[in-house]
Amino acid sequence: MNKFKEKFMSFVFLFAALASIFSVAMICFFLFANGLPAMKEIGIGKFLLGTEWRPKNDIYGILPMIIGSIYITAGAIIIGVPVGILTAVFMAKYCPRGLYKILKPAVELLAGIPSVIYGFFGLVIIVPFIREHFQGNGFNIVSASVLLGIMILPTIVNVTESSIRAVPDSYYEGALALGATHERSIFLAVIPAAKSGIFAGVILGIGRAIGETMAVIMVAGNQPRIPNSIFKGVRTLTANIVTEMGYAVDLHRGALIATGVVLFVFILIINISFSLLKGRGEKI
Amino acid sequence: MNNDETNVIDPKKIIAVNTLTFKQKLMSYFKKPLSLIILLLILAAAAITTVSLIFIVVYILIKGVPNISLDLFSLEYNSENVSLLPAMINTITMTFVSLLIAVPFGIFSAIYLVEYAKRGNKLVGIIRITAETLSGIPSIVYGLFGYLLFVVALGWGYSMLAGAITLAIMILPLIMRTTEEALKAVPDSFREGSFGLGAGKLRTVFKIVLPSAVPGIIAGVILGIGRIVGETAALIFTSGTMPVVPNDLMSSGRTLSVHMYVLASEGLHVDKSYATAVVLLVIVVGINAFSNIIAKKISKGKS
Repeated sequence: MNKFKEKFMSFVFLFAALASIFSVAMICFFLFANGLPAMKEIGIGKFLLGTEWRPKNDIYGILPMIIGSIYITAGAIIIGVPVGILTAVFMAKYCPRGLYKILKPAVELLAGIPSVIYGFFGLVIIVPFIREHFQGNGFNIVSASVLLGIMILPTIVNVTESSIRAVPDSYYEGALALGATHERSIFLAVIPAAKSGIFAGVILGIGRAIGETMAVIMVAGNQPRIPNSIFKGVRTLTANIVTEMGYAVDLHRGALIATGVVLFVFILIINISFSLLKGRGEKI
Repeated sequence: MNNDETNVIDPKKIIAVNTLTFKQKLMSYFKKPLSLIILLLILAAAAITTVSLIFIVVYILIKGVPNISLDLFSLEYNSENVSLLPAMINTITMTFVSLLIAVPFGIFSAIYLVEYAKRGNKLVGIIRITAETLSGIPSIVYGLFGYLLFVVALGWGYSMLAGAITLAIMILPLIMRTTEEALKAVPDSFREGSFGLGAGKLRTVFKIVLPSAVPGIIAGVILGIGRIVGETAALIFTSGTMPVVPNDLMSSGRTLSVHMYVLASEGLHVDKSYATAVVLLVIVVGINAFSNIIAKKISKGKS
């Protein structure tokens, strides 16, 4: 009896462990099975490189959305990465103990705020600010980049800080003993040693930014065209799915699912490069 | 953890011979302008991070708290009171059902990975890779998948159950990872002691290992709750946006985050959106803080 129970439960555990494999397989299957036929019908080249998205005329080109996602992600990286890395340096190498006890939980809280709240904040603060001080109606690449830059801060700060802390103190002390200043020691001895960890953090941040949906929809304007200025509205891949999925039918729906496939492939590439970099960081 | 300030100056413990006064430090910074610039940049970055966080939270609190009224908590939603109570009840239901699915699967797979899988088992590698993949997938892709499988292929229509299962898959890797770490932290001597007393593997796992890992698992589960409550994109096309408390799990109902999104994008009830944002923010931040406190308690208990 007991033996049977042991055997039975070990199968139950194995079965549960297979759930994640099963889920990934199902997600891949359903996305590809529904998205690829539509992509084929439209024509892969026309779909990926088409510059016009007009569902009413059955024209589905997602290049504007791909470019939109890339612009906004690049903007978020330009804003979020320098601030994030420098904040991490501050937390690891400058911060007095008392302040650290407040700052660390604060950054963790920043990570926990739901994206709709960020989006709402962008809607009521960043958008009006850009509208008044720059040009356009405020729903544009800049607003979305600023908002996403703030949103990816905690990811970058946390990963960078832990990889800076993982560098042996002797690196820093050695540089200091050779007469380098505090800053010089950090930026020329410690940071190069923490390089791959920091890159991994940045890639994780890129993944967050590309996949972010709700916050971007609320501030990016969502016009499906290739923007000619950073003060023009854009639509991202994620926004494309959410704004039109509710009423889409037939090929239009297929095209939206195919958009999801493209997004999914982007994310897979990013994740793979993240785990490769992380693996390299651990070996050092 | 060494703090550098204490490395340079620690007057209590050592008699330092190379102390620098503030003035000397200042002088050296003026001699090396590049260092000064970098120092200023670092301080500015830290200030930006802190200020933007405080600004977001404080702004929403200041704008939202005065707008919280009893109206918001009426039992029935209508376009005048835009009550968030139905959404709140749906959020609780959604959390409960998702956890009911994700927690057993998450804990059991962690048990398999830590206690049962043999060294060099190829399956373990695959499970880890897929779990990592799952945790990287953006929530809109989960939403799309949930829509295709549950809403369309299985013909459930927009339903709470579709949303709950989608979210369960989404938080599965989180629960797996935290449970795995908690199980690994249980010393092997516990297992050996249990085996030594004649207990079988199953009994050891359930009576000895799992109870000592409970706090870690709870911290993970609470983090999962935080994600469920804050999730929007995965729910819009699975559980839908009906502002009512559904009679059963097969009907549509919006959670608090979806409610917040609908309110904000309609733009008709700005005051009430602020108030809803406050409620959502307080709940999610509270949940995350609670999880942090538990996690800290554990690490203190260990040392």
